[in-house]
Amino acid sequence: MKNRVLNNHLLRPLLVVIGVIIIVLVVRQLYVPGDFGIHVPGYTYGWYREGNIEDWKQVTVKYQGREYCANCHTTEVDLISTSPHAIIQCENCHGPGVGHPPDPPKLVIDKSRELCLRCHSELQYPSNPRSAIKGIDPVAHNPNVECVTCHNPHKPTIPGA
Amino acid sequence: MSSTGPESFSRREPGSISRRDFLKKTAIVAAGALIPLAALEILSPARAQALVDDAATGPLHWVFLVDTYKCVGCGFCVKACKLENEVPYETEATRTWVERYVLTKDGGFHADSPEGARDGFITPKIKIGPGEYQDIKPEDIAKAYFVPKLCNQCNLPPCVQVCPVGATYKAPDGVVLVDRTWCIGCGYCIMACPYGARFFHPKYRTAEKCNFCYHRLAKGLSPACVQACPFGARQIGNLNDPNDPVAKVITTERIAVLKSEYGTKPQVFYLGLDQEVR
Repeated sequence: MKNRVLNNHLLRPLLVVIGVIIIVLVVRQLYVPGDFGIHVPGYTYGWYREGNIEDWKQVTVKYQGREYCANCHTTEVDLISTSPHAIIQCENCHGPGVGHPPDPPKLVIDKSRELCLRCHSELQYPSNPRSAIKGIDPVAHNPNVECVTCHNPHKPTIPGA
Repeated sequence: MSSTGPESFSRREPGSISRRDFLKKTAIVAAGALIPLAALEILSPARAQALVDDAATGPLHWVFLVDTYKCVGCGFCVKACKLENEVPYETEATRTWVERYVLTKDGGFHADSPEGARDGFITPKIKIGPGEYQDIKPEDIAKAYFVPKLCNQCNLPPCVQVCPVGATYKAPDGVVLVDRTWCIGCGYCIMACPYGARFFHPKYRTAEKCNFCYHRLAKGLSPACVQACPFGARQIGNLNDPNDPVAKVITTERIAVLKSEYGTKPQVFYLGLDQEVR
């Protein structure tokens, strides 16, 4: 009598609990990668899958930098290098050069007024270098005309000056 | 409870349990409950301390320097960041952004960051809501400046501490990374960051943040925002290299960090940070 009661009410649920625990441990062993654990800098901030660091390092670089462009486009790079726009990276206007060439064969140039206005829309801010950049009021200064119609971004000069 | 006296202790009802059996069962249950603990790694205090020491003395510790005196609010950094790191361009989500602060002579305070300054600041009007702008007369302005912001790669990152699954962590070189394959998208880290530097990636549906362009650092390149900035307002360096120009500025000049009162030990340092900046 006593044993039957124990079997029904204690041992069976206990077996179920132990079974669940074993299943969880097995699944954990199979699912959690081997390199997951505590690494530098310790438990609080260093509990992670170590392989992820390598995953991030493998991400493709999109912006190649001026030196990459200069490998072929020497004329343009030489021209802009002597102008006040020498500080601006080619890809800021031409877009990221990843894959070019051959894919894409041509980069899409952003010739919009908005691109030039990033710096040349006049903001009269005391003690900010923005006010030292030659600026225009985009509403008054030849609205709806692309800046490159009159200005050469590789050798920016004021027409007629 | 009709009977009292010593015999009532020895007489047991059907289904009741003796003291001996009770203790036996208790021992079994306790032992069973201990089984999951076997899955945990037990760290000796010496090993835990060694892990912390390694982090402090590693050869590489990436830090960022923002010179707010140089920023003109062109937003080329934000554009480059979004394209480099494939953060959908048309959304407001961004890993880095630029804030504009305009303080007027009557003590007024205005700040905005339209679309995170993805397209720069091309109007003197301050954005105060969707499609709503406020005019400020140039003659009323006492001072105005731009403050680029990004993840601070804190030395004591609250975002990492709250992650329930170990999907975000501090790499040995100081950069806080997110493991997209491991992130469950619970959003605790986004709530925990006092700087608002984290967001949900609209495409990957995981937590996302600036990681100093970790893939570019690995190849010896600067982060995309550093390269795109025409004015040198953004710089990256290795704090553990005494000859590093950025490390020299941070160790020898007067610098500030954002929200130091939170005790997170930010690793993005600012030159010319005004008291109004939060």
